[in-house]
Amino acid sequence: MSIKAEGLTYIYQAGTAMESYAVRDISFETKDGEFIGLIGHTGSGKSTLIQQLNGLIKPTSGKIYYNGEDIHSEGYDMKRLRQRVGLVFQYPEYQLFETDVLTDVKFGPKNMGMSDIEAEEAAKRALKLVGIGEDFYKRSPFELSGGQKRRAAIAGVLAMDPEVLILDEPAAGLDPLGKTEILETIARLHRERNNTIIMVSHSMEDVAEYADRIMVLDDGKLVYFDSPKEVFRHYEELEKMGLSAPQITYLMGDLKKRGLQVDDSVGTVAEACREILRLWKEKEEKSAE
Amino acid sequence: MKIIDAVHVFFDYMRKDENDKIEEISPALSDMNLEIEKGSFVCVLGHNGSGKSTFAKMVNGLLLPREGSVYVADMDTADDELLIKIRETAGMVFQNPDNQIIGNIVEEDVAFGPENIGVPTAEIRDRVDEALEAVNMTKYKDRSPGKLSGGQKQRVAIAGVMAMKPECIILDEPTAMLDPKGRKDVIRTVRELNKRDGITIVLITHYMEEAVDADRVVVMDGGRVVMDGTPREIFSRVEELKALRLDVPQITELAYELRKAGMPVPCGILRKEELEEVIMELLFEGDKGSCDSTDTDGTEPDLGTDGTEPDLGTDRPEQDLDTDREDKSEGACQ
Repeated sequence: MSIKAEGLTYIYQAGTAMESYAVRDISFETKDGEFIGLIGHTGSGKSTLIQQLNGLIKPTSGKIYYNGEDIHSEGYDMKRLRQRVGLVFQYPEYQLFETDVLTDVKFGPKNMGMSDIEAEEAAKRALKLVGIGEDFYKRSPFELSGGQKRRAAIAGVLAMDPEVLILDEPAAGLDPLGKTEILETIARLHRERNNTIIMVSHSMEDVAEYADRIMVLDDGKLVYFDSPKEVFRHYEELEKMGLSAPQITYLMGDLKKRGLQVDDSVGTVAEACREILRLWKEKEEKSAE
Repeated sequence: MKIIDAVHVFFDYMRKDENDKIEEISPALSDMNLEIEKGSFVCVLGHNGSGKSTFAKMVNGLLLPREGSVYVADMDTADDELLIKIRETAGMVFQNPDNQIIGNIVEEDVAFGPENIGVPTAEIRDRVDEALEAVNMTKYKDRSPGKLSGGQKQRVAIAGVMAMKPECIILDEPTAMLDPKGRKDVIRTVRELNKRDGITIVLITHYMEEAVDADRVVVMDGGRVVMDGTPREIFSRVEELKALRLDVPQITELAYELRKAGMPVPCGILRKEELEEVIMELLFEGDKGSCDSTDTDGTEPDLGTDGTEPDLGTDRPEQDLDTDREDKSEGACQ
């Protein structure tokens, strides 16, 4: 279940005076069951990149392999690819359109050629995964809260049982708890089903918390693809790209500069807490001696 | 002086069937009361559906209360005749910049508002220049808005409001769709408009970090105000906020966790620098402290050798806690 990109380049309006590079010569390979965070400033090429990964747009040059097969080779089953690599757009709840939640979630699997009964089962499974109960099946999607709508929309993609799930800013615009619910749902899917996740986010805190590796795009180029620790170590470069590191990373960096023996590459509250408490306990023990 | 005054405001959203019969009523505001001082920077927090946006739409008369009244600079929003004046006084900026920009070039877009209310051409020119300058977008005035980043578009939207010479701007999650730099630029711009030009700012947001610099934080739940205070007061109440589906800034959260684990960290820490000082004092200068205290404690270790030492260890931080707290609250006032 790996996605491999080789020299991926995408040019908008190629061959005209308006020609502009959205993605430039990107190569990478995902590992099976990996949680990848994709960050980059507005216009850095994130959306163009992810749309190429499930074949929605075709690269100007370069190749994409899914499980070793070139997805743009002659006779490749693109429909099957789109089922295996599910893409959840930004604000996916704007795409809810059916009269009730269950019918909406069924749409994808039915469109894939499943029978009505199969599709319904798939839809119910997906809704369960995102934590939407039976009492919502017959409700209009528009009666749901913001967070529920978002989860219903994600269920629409999950119902097709994808191996790779790509989400474009799944938590944008939700309140803190709604955001946590969505991210925890994604993390749980990842744990339980070992789906590969590619999550686009503008929140450095969120990618620090959830991602195994972070992919950083700047002006269409892949600048870093590494563990959160390694990536956030470059916080000065990240800032030049209009990004940042989590607030916590800055704090730890400053503490280290002032002589505390702390790991300055941590990006989450839990890690920072452990680091500081370790020093605090050491000091307590010393003063107790 | 009050610029916004919401008095016992009730509002419901109604769903009607084809025959205009009411199928469902969902209350959005119920007995909301809020006064906002002219020139202040108020941040409104609350979970999705708590009534924040409904309140925002009340302020410039997009929605009217079912019961109660909303006054903007003493003008009742229910008074049709005053509506234009009210909208000039209180401008709005929404979440999605793409839905708010209509001009083909930046300055044209900013000119739309004043043009629409019949401001003379020469004055429009001045207003547009001033507004673009205020949001630091002058050098983009000839660009096409489509080519700007999200943060830049949002600043153009703010300039559009500024060109109306408002006394107050209400921003409804203006940074929800922006990248970190865009977010920072918009918040910086808004803060400048408040400090430099004295514009009253009502900022609705889900980013707790953005509330740190406000004069006042108002938390809404169930269509009314449930918490109201300075950022420090509000963010000291971590458990209550979490119960309201909200959060605290990461730094505050870390301070809270450290405190829970027994470190004498004062509550309501908001900024990185504050926490940094507290930690340094506790972990580093603390060592210096223990050196100093060997003099005063000099007599105590004699007592302590009988096995009272563990007590000493736990007692000391307790004492530190009280003195630290005072130090910190003083430091924070500066």
